[in-house]
Amino acid sequence: MGLYTKEIQNISDKSNESLFDFAVADDSKAEETAYSNYSYWRSTWRSFLKNRIAVFLLFMVVFIIGFTLIQPYLPSQKSPTEIYINPDTGMQDRNVAPNGEYWFGTNSIGQDLWSRIWEGTRTSLYIGFVVAMVEVIVGFTIGALWGFSRKLEVPFTQLYNIVDNIPTTIVLILMSYILRPSVSTIIIAMCITGWVEMARFLRNQIVILRDREYNLASKTLGTPGYRIILKNLLPYLISVIMLRMSLAVPFAIGAEVFLTYIGLGLPVSIPSLGNLINEGRVLMMSPDLRYQLIFPSIVLSAITIAFYIIGNSFADAADPKNHV
Amino acid sequence: MLKYIGKRLVQSIFTLFVIITIVFSLLRLMPEEGYLGAAAEKMTEAQQEIYLTNLGLRDPLIVQLGNFYQGLFQGDLGKSITYRTDVPVVDIIQDKMMYSILFGLGAVALSLLVGVPLGILMAQFKGRWLDRLGTGYIVFVVAVPAMVYFLMIQMYVTGWFGWPMLFDEYNPISFILPLISMALGPIASYAMWMRRYMVDELNKDYIKLARAKGVKERTIMFRHVLRNAFIPMAQYLPATILFTITGSIYIESLYSIPGMGGLLVDAIQRQDNQVVQGLVIFFSSLGIIGLILGDLLMAIVDPRIKLGKGDSVR
Repeated sequence: MGLYTKEIQNISDKSNESLFDFAVADDSKAEETAYSNYSYWRSTWRSFLKNRIAVFLLFMVVFIIGFTLIQPYLPSQKSPTEIYINPDTGMQDRNVAPNGEYWFGTNSIGQDLWSRIWEGTRTSLYIGFVVAMVEVIVGFTIGALWGFSRKLEVPFTQLYNIVDNIPTTIVLILMSYILRPSVSTIIIAMCITGWVEMARFLRNQIVILRDREYNLASKTLGTPGYRIILKNLLPYLISVIMLRMSLAVPFAIGAEVFLTYIGLGLPVSIPSLGNLINEGRVLMMSPDLRYQLIFPSIVLSAITIAFYIIGNSFADAADPKNHV
Repeated sequence: MLKYIGKRLVQSIFTLFVIITIVFSLLRLMPEEGYLGAAAEKMTEAQQEIYLTNLGLRDPLIVQLGNFYQGLFQGDLGKSITYRTDVPVVDIIQDKMMYSILFGLGAVALSLLVGVPLGILMAQFKGRWLDRLGTGYIVFVVAVPAMVYFLMIQMYVTGWFGWPMLFDEYNPISFILPLISMALGPIASYAMWMRRYMVDELNKDYIKLARAKGVKERTIMFRHVLRNAFIPMAQYLPATILFTITGSIYIESLYSIPGMGGLLVDAIQRQDNQVVQGLVIFFSSLGIIGLILGDLLMAIVDPRIKLGKGDSVR
């Protein structure tokens, strides 16, 4: 007995109260690690550059986006919505084949197709980007809460099981049927369906990551939840998020085409790629006028394929396993 | 197993109930002109009011919902207003379903016949030209909105072969292009999933062991890899087959096939709320049934899966 008492006495003499205090999270200390030449983004960029096709497409997309922004300010551009009248005949310039004045020709009521295509690309890309942003923000917030909080897990899973059973096309159609068509209602309709997939995906990733040792260690050291999510989990998820984001753009553009086709798209006065293709489709029967369908189709295909490939190769590049 | 099926069924019925209630309530927000049909202009304000009251639209929402469910249990989805005046929605759907089932099943069969072998070949020749060609096809079909290549096919291929541009019940040649167009998307997704699962499976250790033992490559492929790779596909099969009943909205209206997909477009454009409501409920039910069947089929195909242990998220 005496032996142990002495031992315990010994330990309690040497220990002191301050050892049992919680460590305070210190931002500057947390960043202080051994010097390493490794930079995540530089490595990602380096791996991305290896894929020649993706790099080429990235340049193309940057060029297209830049061009849609500056196109209206370039010299000798026509208005996308004005109906042009031929000064000689006093009639509208209907269905003029591509020539020096109308680079892509005119449509069936005499509007300039070249400027309509760029205006339409602008609208479609705008819809695509807004939908992608909302999807990522809402999807990440919900996915993080769902995956990280054990209290919310059951209700969120039940909610997901219900929401997931509803076909997305139906929701899209129903929402656009009820809301009157405009750019913002189209965006709302797409966002309502879009975030579900993203939230589910991120939740599954977070569930896998949250119990790894480094997060356990972080948690026992008293790191607050939001910090674990932002600093420990988010970097792992960046590649997935970027991939989903770049895929959301072509899908949003495709959904816009679909809604326009079934008569729930934007009003004709707002040019969009969906509207242009739909206008071109009506004239498809006469071979001379097919250019009105083919020009928007080419632009649309180029943009969607580019986003798809860039997204995929960026996701590959962002995966640290593929870094040297 | 039985317990799982029961639980799944209860869950699905609850989901369906939620969907129907939401759809029904949302459609009440639509402008009321949609219920008056073509006669709207001839009616005075008071007449319109009487008409709407007779339809039950002035009752409180709960009463309307109750009446609607009562009708639903007797297989009554209401009557069409503008699409085909006073014809029950159920009858309209029945008339149209045959065409969609015919084309849908044909397209699924075609895409399984082409897509699965394509995926297998791509996995076998991974990184070679066949794989690249297939990947190019998949990227194109998945990324580009379907509308674009459907239109191109209708526009040019009909011209090259001199085939009819529209569907004609008595001319079998006019069946070919809609079928092929409908199969393009599923072929891409079947090939993509098949390739991915095959490659995953090929990288596993038991394949290495089989190779080391000297098992023939053919046996490895067909007896081991293919069987395992097919399991995840099984989950999606019933849903894709069931969804063919709804028809492809694009294809049916492009080729004017008198099916269900085209019906939805027509009903929307004519603002026939009753038909839209009936179709939306019908489509959602099919989707839910497809998901249940998929889970069950997966459990049957894969003996390792034990259902009912906790709620897993797909």
